[in-house]
Amino acid sequence: MTALAALIRRDIRIALRVGGGALIGVLFFLTVTVLMPFALGPDLALLTRLGPSILWLGALLASLLTLDRLFTSDHEDGSLDLIVMGRTPLELACAAKALAHWLAAGLPLILATPVLGLMLNLDATATSAVALTLLVGTPALTFIGMIGAALAVTLHRGGLLLAVLVLPLSIPVLIFGVAASQAAISGPLPFGTPFSILCAISLVSFVIGPFAAAASLRHGLD
Amino acid sequence: MTLIDLANPTKFLSLTGRILPWLAGVTAILLTIGLYQAAMAPDDYQQGATVKIMFIHVPNAWLSMFVWGVMSLAALGTLVWRHPLADVAAKAAAPIGAAFTFLALVTGSLWGRPMWGTYWQWDARLTSVLILFLMYLGLIALWRAVDDPSRAARAAAILTLVGALNLPIIKFSVDWWNTLHQPASVLRMGGSTLDRAFLIPLLVMAVGFSLLFVTLHLAAMRNEILRRRVRSLQIMQASQQAA
Repeated sequence: MTALAALIRRDIRIALRVGGGALIGVLFFLTVTVLMPFALGPDLALLTRLGPSILWLGALLASLLTLDRLFTSDHEDGSLDLIVMGRTPLELACAAKALAHWLAAGLPLILATPVLGLMLNLDATATSAVALTLLVGTPALTFIGMIGAALAVTLHRGGLLLAVLVLPLSIPVLIFGVAASQAAISGPLPFGTPFSILCAISLVSFVIGPFAAAASLRHGLD
Repeated sequence: MTLIDLANPTKFLSLTGRILPWLAGVTAILLTIGLYQAAMAPDDYQQGATVKIMFIHVPNAWLSMFVWGVMSLAALGTLVWRHPLADVAAKAAAPIGAAFTFLALVTGSLWGRPMWGTYWQWDARLTSVLILFLMYLGLIALWRAVDDPSRAARAAAILTLVGALNLPIIKFSVDWWNTLHQPASVLRMGGSTLDRAFLIPLLVMAVGFSLLFVTLHLAAMRNEILRRRVRSLQIMQASQQAA
């Protein structure tokens, strides 16, 4: 347990310090959201309608952008080999790394959501609905993305491949995340249905992600 | 003759070399019969002659999912049993599966034009087949990103299994997202709603296309084995010249 806590603390510290790049994700999220009105026009009513979708798409792309960091730097300095050979089960270590990555790179996205919601003319209900669905949905994006990150790190030049492999797998999260936010804002569906399915997808990804990533690291690293 | 005997590529090559011409022959006969029956099938009272697209479209759509199943079995073979031919089978199946999926999309789109008035409709089934196609392309890209075949095989096997777990979830969520396509009508509780005049040619075509897949798959596996042999011979030759 202490080993896992130490791993989480270490990963968060590395991510937040100079060269860590966790906050790049938030900056990217902000930039993508700012770009949207240029493409769609500054019509506030339209932005209100599309706001939840814009925020979800921005968060999805932002979490994809930082996924590359999950294993690459550890692979470069050799600590990934130590983690793979260590006594802690690799599946747990992968889960801990993903959790640390989400705390450092995913949580700031959710904290930024109210500000961005304000810029997209969303009211308090809509903003809190989007923030809540992101809080439940982004861990799934991280844990599913971890599979792609683990595959990419074993392939040496997999950075570009990562996006292509991960994006189709994250479609269910996007569908139910946006559906739940829309249901909370305008109905007609109850908020609970898509939201509970989103929770279920997150829970499934907590199981699949670490095992697939650990298998990929075990088979792929030499 | 068990699966483990086929682990020897030479035995596999000699066996498939004997089987392949027969398979190809049966496939050609079945597809000819199926196409003839399809051409002779009556027009639909609503859809007219365009219903004949179904005889090509439906087998392709079935196979697009079936091939992912075959690749998942091969992935288990790679990861669990370390069967030497499993990664050859997985690699050879990916482009064929992508081709079937592409054909299902194209024929579906051509069918959609007269029926729905548009080539592309963001309806649930079309969209999930499109996602399946994207996943095939991602898998092929993964195969092509690595030059060491066994390393690529293990990475692709993991992605294939993750995809197999995720495809039902994706299918379900896309269904939930939007549905306009007609519900399944051939395989369902309480028997088929399809008329026998359509059902029999459809089944003949489905078996024909499945055999076409087996034929193409075995041929592609043979090519892959030979390609690997040529490659190792070339490496041997180059190292001898260097020495």
